[in-house]
Amino acid sequence: MSSAIARGLGSANRIFALIERHAYLMFKSWPRIVSMAYYPTVTMIMWGFVTIYLRPTNNFLTDAPGLFIGAVLLWDVLFRGQLGVSLTFFEEMYSRNLGNLFVSPLRAWELIAGQLAMSVVRTLIGVGGACVFAWLLFHYSIFTLGFALIAFFVNLIASGWAIGLAVSGLVLRWGLGAEELAWAAVFLIAPVSGVYYPIGVLPAWLQAVAHAIPTSYVFEGMRAVLLEHVFRIDLFVEAMAFNALYLAAGVVLYLLAISYAREHGMLLQMGE
Amino acid sequence: MSSAIAQFPHAVIEVRELRKSYRRVEAVKGVSFGVRRGTTTALLGGNGAGKTTTLSMLLGVLTPTAGAIRILGEPIPEHRYRVLPRINFTSPYVDLPKRLSVAENLRVYARLYGVARPRIRVAELAEELDLVELLDRPYGNLSAGQRTRVSLAKALLNRPEVLLLDEPTASLDPDVGDRMRTLLEGYQKQSGCTMLLASHNMGEVERMCDDVIMLRAGLVVDQGSPSALLERYGRGNMEEVFLDIARERIDPDHGASADGHAEEIVS
Repeated sequence: MSSAIARGLGSANRIFALIERHAYLMFKSWPRIVSMAYYPTVTMIMWGFVTIYLRPTNNFLTDAPGLFIGAVLLWDVLFRGQLGVSLTFFEEMYSRNLGNLFVSPLRAWELIAGQLAMSVVRTLIGVGGACVFAWLLFHYSIFTLGFALIAFFVNLIASGWAIGLAVSGLVLRWGLGAEELAWAAVFLIAPVSGVYYPIGVLPAWLQAVAHAIPTSYVFEGMRAVLLEHVFRIDLFVEAMAFNALYLAAGVVLYLLAISYAREHGMLLQMGE
Repeated sequence: MSSAIAQFPHAVIEVRELRKSYRRVEAVKGVSFGVRRGTTTALLGGNGAGKTTTLSMLLGVLTPTAGAIRILGEPIPEHRYRVLPRINFTSPYVDLPKRLSVAENLRVYARLYGVARPRIRVAELAEELDLVELLDRPYGNLSAGQRTRVSLAKALLNRPEVLLLDEPTASLDPDVGDRMRTLLEGYQKQSGCTMLLASHNMGEVERMCDDVIMLRAGLVVDQGSPSALLERYGRGNMEEVFLDIARERIDPDHGASADGHAEEIVS
């Protein structure tokens, strides 16, 4: 076996170890699993009833009854994706396990890969639960978005990863006192993402900000699919380009925070 | 204190002029030493002497300000990923995930260290360290002594060639502490492992260590075998030697002062 393959297998094994560690934690606690799906489901139900209330007087909701429910489910892909990255990292800090991880052969990029993998698992559980209730309660299936759903999912979870890695880096740098960022950070971009309204309603200066945010292209794309029945490849490409940029920035910020922690002797001390 | 590496040309751990500064504080001020293969060396010193800082730099979790480290012939931190699978570490100040069971924790770390047949290795260690009854219990529900045994099991998972131990028996009762020391001695006898331990337990040091490195305020102020240090300081046990050095009341060239009053060490 070549050394490159051996190294690859070693990395895969270590990433799997991280996933296994968090899967043990997650699947032995049903409240933990329920809480992942709880907020997306409750929010979705609220917007489902708003849709029922507004539909008789709004043509666009008659044409696209899933506009709000689809938006809230996709928004939660972003939010759960970000939380998945951040909380996976925080778990290591809560349990004072970072020291053991960093003296093990686990490399920084493998730690990141493990966090991203757990983010996907958490997102699928959280949003998946809400999707089931959307179908049961409002007869709305997110899968009516077709292949575009995959494009939206990939972009939104990538945005979530970028924010989640940046938040992990900030918490590593400033300690668990900065933990609130994990819950608040994503809402900073909510107004300019156009989750429930087109970017065109924003003032000009905010539209300029929105055009630098990848999630705005996703929600514009969602409305194009639901209202005009077209998949806007241009929006998809722009979202991907910005996500590549922000994800790279998130990784760099996180690696810089790890480097700072190594420089200042924080890795063996980190904890609650 | 001059470099000890020259005395140990085949040292498994080589440290040369190691320094670590945090803004205005210089925690380690040019430490040099070597640890011979298959031996146990103690890093001794009072709180803030630089023991944990030195261990952290050896492990690659703290970036040195200056100096050189080689473990198993590889420079640290540059090539730490070549070395980390061959060494391990335990400290009472670093925990394992509390809600995972002992077996789950050990299986996760076995996988992280690339241990072949992790379940079998975990079962072996559980047998050796008397953990069989604890395997299904959450780590967070264990007593301090039980946790220390689990941490030691984690440290032995990959059959390390070098073990770095930060106060391995801190907070243990004498019975459990003794059992831990016996386990470590047994592992070393069986595997030829090299051990470097930071400890405040002088009985442990006398019993386990071939060499002692005395640190004070980030400097190596003396080193040698426990018997050589006892002779040099004219003391009956390592506790007294430790106090002499920590309180700067002995000139090792002239032995202990008869009245025990302070005489500055010339270092």
